Amino acid sequence: MIRPVPFRGGGFRPKRIRGVGALVFVCLILFAEWGTRAGWISNLTLPRPSDVARTLFDLAASGLLWTHLSLSLARLGIGAFLGAGAGIVVGLMIGLSSVMRSGLIPLVAALFPIPKIALLPLFVIWFGIDETSKYALIAFGTFTPTVVSTYGAVDNVDRSLIRMAQSFGISTKSIIRKIVLPGAMPGILSGLRVSLAIAIILLTAAEMIGAEYGVGAYILEAGSLYDLERLFAGVTILSMLGVALSICLSLIEARVLGWRV
Amino acid sequence: MDLRIDALTHRYGETEVLNDINLDIPDGQIVCIVGPSGCGKSTLLRFIGGLERPTSGQVLQLSEPNPDSLNPFTFVFQDFALLPWRSAANNVRLVLEDHGLEKKEIDKIVSDVLARTKLSDFADALPKNLSGGMKQRVAIARALAVRPAVWLMDEPLSALDAQTRELLMDDLIGLWTRQPFTAVYVTHNLSEAVRLGHKIVVLSRRPGQIRKVIDIEIPIEQRQAGDPELTRIEKQLWHLMKNEAVAADQELLK
Repeated sequence: MIRPVPFRGGGFRPKRIRGVGALVFVCLILFAEWGTRAGWISNLTLPRPSDVARTLFDLAASGLLWTHLSLSLARLGIGAFLGAGAGIVVGLMIGLSSVMRSGLIPLVAALFPIPKIALLPLFVIWFGIDETSKYALIAFGTFTPTVVSTYGAVDNVDRSLIRMAQSFGISTKSIIRKIVLPGAMPGILSGLRVSLAIAIILLTAAEMIGAEYGVGAYILEAGSLYDLERLFAGVTILSMLGVALSICLSLIEARVLGWRV
Repeated sequence: MDLRIDALTHRYGETEVLNDINLDIPDGQIVCIVGPSGCGKSTLLRFIGGLERPTSGQVLQLSEPNPDSLNPFTFVFQDFALLPWRSAANNVRLVLEDHGLEKKEIDKIVSDVLARTKLSDFADALPKNLSGGMKQRVAIARALAVRPAVWLMDEPLSALDAQTRELLMDDLIGLWTRQPFTAVYVTHNLSEAVRLGHKIVVLSRRPGQIRKVIDIEIPIEQRQAGDPELTRIEKQLWHLMKNEAVAADQELLK
């Protein structure tokens, strides 16, 4: 009997399908809306999505949204910038110098598992109750994961490129700037994704403990009043912040890492 | 530039890799080094290029390199070693940037070497968009740019398919005939060695020792694939190496 050979290949090649991600969100929200309207999800279990949307809209209309958001964004921006910046510098030093590596890796391993939120009272004593202690907390929280991902990325830079540069008599400074840094960039950027997510978590925590304004303070206030609509509105803002940061990083990656195969 | 390898021996810990290598590399000639895998051919090249230090013995420069040479000992690698984030032209520019040249002069050198390697149309292409043969031509252009006194070629054609290898061999012969250069060319491909080498050095398996040095009198530009004399030398080389290659193969299995 003549027939084609059976096909056994294919698969294992993830592709991006546009719109499916948004569809998941829409389905979940519609499901919750339906449940709360039909009554088999009680108002105490989950607020109605349309109510949350209205709350968000009111918040924006009253102008308070911008007060909360601008303060939060400033804390996030300054804290993450300081922490990630220092983390990249220290990570590069660990990646490039054996002394730094031997001296600092154990220290980083010791700092990494500390729940940074637990240190907030200490930071309040060191830096005061105002903004500086929040910057410090976020910076400290983003610092350790950035260090680890950066030195891992430096370790993964193709050594044959460095040998090539040495064989052409290229200076160490140029090797670091023109080969190590761009070669480590993919790893550094994917490390930043993790660090920035941690920064958002810490931002909320810091604002819950000692802030009048900010998305975290807004969520805490809503939570203590059991105002689930406002609680969810706050959480939605944080989620959207995370998605926005992730999109920003994707854009940077597309621009900086276009050379990747 | 004339070079002399003088009583060079090297060990990695207990294992002796190279044993008492003595060899003269005359100016303007291509010296091919062949030998079974793991015999220390590439290691020897790194000693000549000053990337590693031998346990004992030395590599001597018998004359001064031409003063306009920017990097007297210049490598061409098997894996091309191009920066994937730089275009072909910028990969060449990389090795000129540290020499305090004016931008105009750098641009002139870059366009000159790209033209000599027939890459002018691909100056702005990234390595990911170039074929293997093109990538190696970019690496050759990069080497040309620094005006080497000695070319150190580490299996430069081994990562390429047979047709591309043939084309690039013609390119190398063309470059050499227009302007003879000194080169040490490491390969495991005997037909490459008889086409390009003025002198072929056969190394034994580890510890690498010089088994034989064969001089080929036919001018490089007159050599054709299938030339009876070259075929005879190639057979002779294979005969010298065959038992060594078998033994080296067995050794790796242990």
